[in-house]
Amino acid sequence: MNMTTQIYITPAMKAEAKALSFYYGGTVQALKSISLGLADRHATALIGPSGCGKTTFLRCLNRMHDLYPGNRYAGTVVLYPDGTNIVDQTIDPIEIRMRVGMVFQKPNPFPTSIYENVAYGLRIRGSMTRRDLDSAVEQALKDAALWPEVKDRLRDLAFNLSGGQQQRLCIARALATGPEILLFDEPTSALDPTATARIEELVTQLKQRVTIVIVTHNMQQAARVSDYTAFMYEGELVECDRTDRIFTNPSNKLTEEYITGRFG
Amino acid sequence: MLLKNAIDKSTEKDRIRRQLAGRRRWDRLFAFAGLATMVAASLVLLALLGQLVFDGIGRVSWQFLTSYPSRFASEAGILSAWVGTVLVMLLTAMTAIPLGVGAAIYLEEYAPKNWLTDLIEINIANLAGVPSIVYGLMALGLLVYEFHLGQSFLTAGLTLAMLILPMVIIATREALRAVPPQIREAAYAVGSTKWQTVRDHVVPYSMGGILTGIILALSRAVGETAPLITVGALSFIAFLPHPPVTFEFPFLSSQWLFDPFTVMPIQIFNWVSRPQSEFHVNAAAAGVILLVMSLAMNGLAIVIRARFRRQIHW
Repeated sequence: MNMTTQIYITPAMKAEAKALSFYYGGTVQALKSISLGLADRHATALIGPSGCGKTTFLRCLNRMHDLYPGNRYAGTVVLYPDGTNIVDQTIDPIEIRMRVGMVFQKPNPFPTSIYENVAYGLRIRGSMTRRDLDSAVEQALKDAALWPEVKDRLRDLAFNLSGGQQQRLCIARALATGPEILLFDEPTSALDPTATARIEELVTQLKQRVTIVIVTHNMQQAARVSDYTAFMYEGELVECDRTDRIFTNPSNKLTEEYITGRFG
Repeated sequence: MLLKNAIDKSTEKDRIRRQLAGRRRWDRLFAFAGLATMVAASLVLLALLGQLVFDGIGRVSWQFLTSYPSRFASEAGILSAWVGTVLVMLLTAMTAIPLGVGAAIYLEEYAPKNWLTDLIEINIANLAGVPSIVYGLMALGLLVYEFHLGQSFLTAGLTLAMLILPMVIIATREALRAVPPQIREAAYAVGSTKWQTVRDHVVPYSMGGILTGIILALSRAVGETAPLITVGALSFIAFLPHPPVTFEFPFLSSQWLFDPFTVMPIQIFNWVSRPQSEFHVNAAAAGVILLVMSLAMNGLAIVIRARFRRQIHW
């Protein structure tokens, strides 16, 4: 018998949620003891029906929930290699957000110039010479595959860009500060198919350099861009595995029903 | 079969048209009623303005603007009154803007949401509706008798500042609230602090609304009479306050703050209450000037709003 054995090397983890629970307004439990590892420089997709907690989980990773009163975390999310607990209340959420970038569902550029949008994250971190700033902005725009389209109009308002370009601008803004993890919250749900394809292509390139976590409603998208897929349901993590296995041979019945479109 | 269907369709169409015509009638009726009210209101306003301008425009002249009040109507002018109005407005703006905008930023962005901030919020809304004479009485008790600031420009400026403070706070909070949360989240997500978010994004993007609110509040203050009479405005001042700039060190003087004051509405009130009809003409002329001043402020508010709106559309 001809046996072919594929060898998968398990990559190192960049972050790991350990029994993470989350409560909105202190009482409504939205996450129930999630334990999930995020592979370093790989893309992990979070899928599941609306209201399953995938966005809630994503927003734990950069402490976005801290902006609104009464929200509470339990459990830990360890950021490697230094072992910082992301959800530790004694750790400044701004420190976490300096290390973990985020791209939102709807493109949300600042109503300023293209240049200023990308430069902002660097400006607030303190002194940088004009030349360094210029080259950092250029590099971030190149990384976000937007440079050729905007290099001659960096002073134009960001609002004058198309939706897809605005979203890539938001990616450039997040990349400019060199985050260790980049969170995507349904980044293509407001975009047309062409713009979506460009974002997906970009995510595929970026995951070689930065750890990516992407929430998506679109299962084909999860299959296309991610290496690992986590399926969530009603605040719980049902299953997390290599994307190819989740989509071909899920071990949980619920996962199978969801990916075959029987609910959700 | 085909015929029957066609007939069915046509009766359905007629029914829809009849029914729509009925609803359309109400549409037109409301539009007409709205137009009628608008025309009525505008006509009354135009009549009042026309009367004022007709009475006063002949008296508006360079001499009128550069003369002090006088016993003789033909020699009287509004120099001390318009200078007073400008200086009082300056003081009002200098106190009410930083205090009001600062308070609004704190309440909207920093303050925790609890019973105390709720109470403060309710009180600010109520203060905006307190009659201006009440502010006059409070200023008389507090600023004139308690703090001994005298019947001065300083008292007048602070009185009007207190009067418009709630309006400035409310307008600023509304403007800050109009900045979408996605923009705040975008700023926080790249690692900015609360202060950086407020300074670099929330306040600049709501500047149009803030400035509009400030100017509308100031243009209300410009016409206030009652609280200023209460704190002791003079109605006959034949001199200007001390100049704020001097030739000797330190070149700036605060002496004018403590000088007696008058403002345009007070001067108008004084002339109207005289028996001679020549003074009534003077009052109308001063009214025209005051109107121009407050229309200019409103115009400025419109220009500023348009300027900022052009850049920012969510």
